[in-house]
Amino acid sequence: MSKYQYVPEPALVKGDHDFSSLTRLVTDINLRETPKAWYLAMMGANALLMLMVIAIGYLIWEGIGIWGLNNPVGWGWAIINFVWWVGIGHAGTLISAILFLFRQDWRTAINRFAEAMTIFAVMCAGVFPAIHVGRIWAVYWLFPIPNQMQMWPNFNSPLLWDVFAVSTYFTVSLLFWYVGLVPDLATIRDRATDKIRKVTYGIFSLGWTGSNRHWWNYEKAYMILAGLATPLVLSVHTIVSFDFAVSMIPGWHTTIFPPYFVAGAIFSGFAMVLTLMIVARKIYGMKDIMTDDHMEKMNIVILVTGSMVGFAYIMEFFIAWYSGVEYEKAIFMLRATGPYAWAYWAMMTCNVFSPQFFWSKKLRRSVGFTFFISIVVNIGMWFERFVITVTSLANDYLPSSWDYYSPTIWDVMTYVGTFGLFFTMFLLFLRFLPMVALAEIKAVIPQADPHNYDEGTNEYIAPKVEVPEPQSEKV
Amino acid sequence: MAQIFPKWTNQVPRKILIGLIVLLNAIIFGVWYFFSPEYTDVGYAPEQPVPYSHKLHVDQLGLDCQYCHTSVFDSKQANIPPTQTCMNCHNQIKTDSEKLELVRESWQSGKAIEWVRVHNLADYAYFNHSAHVNVGVGCESCHGRIDKMEVVYQTEPLSMGWCLDCHREPEKYIRPVDEVTTMGYQVENQLEIGKELVDKKNIHAPTYCQGCHY
Repeated sequence: MSKYQYVPEPALVKGDHDFSSLTRLVTDINLRETPKAWYLAMMGANALLMLMVIAIGYLIWEGIGIWGLNNPVGWGWAIINFVWWVGIGHAGTLISAILFLFRQDWRTAINRFAEAMTIFAVMCAGVFPAIHVGRIWAVYWLFPIPNQMQMWPNFNSPLLWDVFAVSTYFTVSLLFWYVGLVPDLATIRDRATDKIRKVTYGIFSLGWTGSNRHWWNYEKAYMILAGLATPLVLSVHTIVSFDFAVSMIPGWHTTIFPPYFVAGAIFSGFAMVLTLMIVARKIYGMKDIMTDDHMEKMNIVILVTGSMVGFAYIMEFFIAWYSGVEYEKAIFMLRATGPYAWAYWAMMTCNVFSPQFFWSKKLRRSVGFTFFISIVVNIGMWFERFVITVTSLANDYLPSSWDYYSPTIWDVMTYVGTFGLFFTMFLLFLRFLPMVALAEIKAVIPQADPHNYDEGTNEYIAPKVEVPEPQSEKV
Repeated sequence: MAQIFPKWTNQVPRKILIGLIVLLNAIIFGVWYFFSPEYTDVGYAPEQPVPYSHKLHVDQLGLDCQYCHTSVFDSKQANIPPTQTCMNCHNQIKTDSEKLELVRESWQSGKAIEWVRVHNLADYAYFNHSAHVNVGVGCESCHGRIDKMEVVYQTEPLSMGWCLDCHREPEKYIRPVDEVTTMGYQVENQLEIGKELVDKKNIHAPTYCQGCHY
């Protein structure tokens, strides 16, 4: 016996599952009758969605004046909400692409889920740039489309880069998600008994038969898309930060913005995945797949990115002093002590202090506490965008033009309404698509390892591991 | 397991994809071409209350544009002449022409002839005739060979892109100011003369939005 104790990697799927029990666990949700509770949830989500439709309808009818924007503060809730939603959208691609390239097998339990969240979050984000233009019938001017006016978007402007960055991100995320879905859609098609499901899932599974060649193509396509999506994780929020950093406003014009925005995006995205995951795994009984180990790993990511964001906040202050630029100094003093100090300290509390609890393993594994922090983090990240956008504009170079910004009911309705869009899409996803990447997770369960079977009885046996004596002990 | 789909469906995804790409391009280029003023507006030749022939008056009789459109060098508008201008000659010539019935009527009643506007710019675009002719933009550059027209029609699209063609490279179109009303003006060394004129007149044709929209 060695004096060292072997601590095996925790199994990625708990419970004694085999391939068929996993298939049933995941796809029965899509095949069974729609539960009443789903309809209730859908009604709630649709009510919120209607709120958004009304708010946007009135915006188009009446104009941007219904929002709370005033003279120095020309950017308000619309860009705050846009950046917030896009940021949330970062977790999906990080989990599915970067963790895939790093062979982090635990991603398979949550990647489908997180990618769906990404796509819906980017849709919610996309609402704001589309509706903020005032003359909505000219919104196609955002895109470089040939026209008789010989008018092109301003290619020097980061706002245009943003259009490309976000639409590329959306397209690649959607493709990536869909490619991953194909084998699982085929599984549902094969299990479906009624004609409508057979045909619908059949269409979207693109004639998947599970042949060797299909798998070969699938794996290649997935790898290529993961490679394409990886730089996007970093580029999208970098470019979103350029919206601010490229301008000459104190508090915006800083080189730390891109890395700090990306870290913040991953921070908020993981928090959102956790919020949704904790609820969904409880309702759908997915605790064997989305285990506490997954939650702990994600909490570690939240701790790391939260600390990076905290470092960036403090570094901004340091540079404001160290640069010797008096406007920069003034704006940061105003952030912490000025009219928006409440928002600044809300941000600091939620984003910097709250994740520090995750140094404790016990709290990392506490479901209730994680759920609470995941919501706190997203509130904090909303306040971060609020602080950045509003404080720098409200107190600009000329004190005589300073003004206090407050949103109107229409700002609030639009923002709350985007949750309606988000949850409507998400509920449809939970109902009709497999929420776990079934084909992928089957490959990482312990039962998939042929060494874990008894040759005689064909029964599953837990792997036995013997730890050899360390070499140095013998010398 | 029975097949859900017949064999021909194998080609459907590919066809949809190609079809979508073709359709999107067709929409964009269709709008770009068929919705442009170059397609919709050029050739607009409304019937005028009096069948006044520019061909006869300019080409055969040799009237200068400014004989009638007097304010072109001084004002935003290159005014439509009042009936009095017609009567300068027509109280002597062709006094009983049927075609001039309306002119005489207007002359007696003092009510203006309601000419139909041919060259219509959008209200949100500011255009000033004097700003253009005083730096050497010829009448025919925008209105075409009026001296060849029995009925006046629109020869140029008057679209923003068309404006910008000249605003971006005025040297290609500009001429000495005393040649502005000349019809059929042509020189071999246009670029040379144009550049010289642009320098001499210090021409900076605006290409920013507020140049024309405010």
